[in-house]
Amino acid sequence: MAPEIYPESTADYLDPDQLRALQLQRLRAIVERCFTRVAVFRQRMQQRGMVPADVRSLDDVAQLPFMRKTDLRDHYPYGLFAVPMKEVVRLHASSGTTGKPIVVGYTRYDIDLWSSLMLRCFVATGIQTGDVLQNAFGYGLFTGGLGAHYGAERLGATVIPISGGNTRRQIMVMKDFGVTAICCTPSYFVHLIEQVHENGLRFAELGLKIGIFGAEPWTEGMRTHIQRESGIRAYDIYGLSEILGPGVAVECSQQAGLHMFEDQFLMEIVDPQTDQVLPDGQVGELVITTLTKQAFPMIRYRTHDLTAVIPERCACGRTLRRIRRIQSRSDDMLIIRGVNVFPSQIEAALLSVMTSSPHYQIVLSRQGGLDQISVELEVTEGMFGDRISQLEVLQTRLAHAIEQTIGLRVPVRLVEPHTIARSEGKAVRVIDQRDKK
Amino acid sequence: MMKLTQLSVFLENRPGHLSNVCGALSAAHLNIAALTMADTREFGILRLILREWKQAREALEAAGFVVNTTDVVALEVPDRPGGLESILKQADAVGLSVEYMYAFAIKQGENARIVIRFDDMQRAVEVLESTGITFLRAADFYKQ
Repeated sequence: MAPEIYPESTADYLDPDQLRALQLQRLRAIVERCFTRVAVFRQRMQQRGMVPADVRSLDDVAQLPFMRKTDLRDHYPYGLFAVPMKEVVRLHASSGTTGKPIVVGYTRYDIDLWSSLMLRCFVATGIQTGDVLQNAFGYGLFTGGLGAHYGAERLGATVIPISGGNTRRQIMVMKDFGVTAICCTPSYFVHLIEQVHENGLRFAELGLKIGIFGAEPWTEGMRTHIQRESGIRAYDIYGLSEILGPGVAVECSQQAGLHMFEDQFLMEIVDPQTDQVLPDGQVGELVITTLTKQAFPMIRYRTHDLTAVIPERCACGRTLRRIRRIQSRSDDMLIIRGVNVFPSQIEAALLSVMTSSPHYQIVLSRQGGLDQISVELEVTEGMFGDRISQLEVLQTRLAHAIEQTIGLRVPVRLVEPHTIARSEGKAVRVIDQRDKK
Repeated sequence: MMKLTQLSVFLENRPGHLSNVCGALSAAHLNIAALTMADTREFGILRLILREWKQAREALEAAGFVVNTTDVVALEVPDRPGGLESILKQADAVGLSVEYMYAFAIKQGENARIVIRFDDMQRAVEVLESTGITFLRAADFYKQ
């Protein structure tokens, strides 16, 4: 094991007993803090007849109430913040389950913490000072761009804040700026690979060595493809806005599961049906408690991501336990080009334009490595007359309403009645044709 | 009855869909008097005129198509240069706009036949008839 030169990364190697003691101390503090400052949490504790002092061991976390995405929606925008707004220096937002986004806040400490966690991610994947990082995560309300940016600057790498999209420019920058590492969604990188090859370039001529891919689930098959086609090492990174953004867990050189930054996040795996905590090794829903975050602490947040804890010690030497690569979710959330989309959002958008309830289907596919989403909508009598323009106007209005709601341009295809498959009388709302390999 | 009823059928722009419409009509022994297709790359609207439009609508809906009806007028146009222009000028003169029109080839004596959809059908019938334009009555239109 090469000696770590970054003090932030020493927390990756804490003695397990020391780590657990630290977790307990921090858990007690965050429960106390939320009890004092977040009314919803306090009320739920009181309903259970609990006070913060009831948390005496790490196992006691299982007695605490869950936080769910619906809570974030119900207390939009600032109802779950645990600090006064004058201490909040940054806001980010991600999709909620309906039209309204979920708003998360960060104090100066939180930004600093986030930067240090992203630094630890970069170090774990072998990125160091002197690397030139093309940060193709989207900058803006999405946490990916700025999260990776701050971490890379703190590390001392050279960050190119190119953000997402504009593939031609991405390739030019990758070639001309001597890029050695890249951050983006895995599907976008697969697209980049194809475009690089189409431009007659070879990865061997480029300096790219490391890719950090996240914001959507991907597979070992995709890793094999990426590594074979581009010659780089591809690493999975995990995070979610509600907890932090990217930097909650990351793969190391072993590429065998993602190390959870347990000094900052207490993880549990629960049975999504019974809510019971499951033992290490069993697949269930990942539940996370933030241990020191200030502005937007989360106690037992239900991520809906399905995974299992890998209890064995990793060959890289880190003592942080790992989780398995996330493959599926316990709800119907779709992740398209890194954007979270709930079918209910699309339905709400369609209903905002239409008078009757639509027969529609969301079709996901992958073309040229990029996720494609489209909506097929059955035409009914009330939707058209004798002119094409009426239907074209309707198509445009529907596509506009969807884009307003989820932030993605989604083509709406009009289809004849009864063409959308119904299963046992119920319409199948989502058809995912993306290659799962 | 001055106005004719036109059926509009929504069709995806895919092989076989148009012939399915024709198949549904022929199975019901219904003859198409006139038709036109308005289409985009993805879909189209087939406009049909037939005498037994109610039966046609039922047959098409039973075959799974979605159908609407619109009023149009049909008229005979002198089959010579300027024949159509004279009609359209009269429509212009009273402020009526043609939304679309289609002509068809069956020649009846000296005249050609066209079907027109005006923006204001009620007014078109009232005003244009008073200017001497003769619309084809349904009975005459469908007469062989």
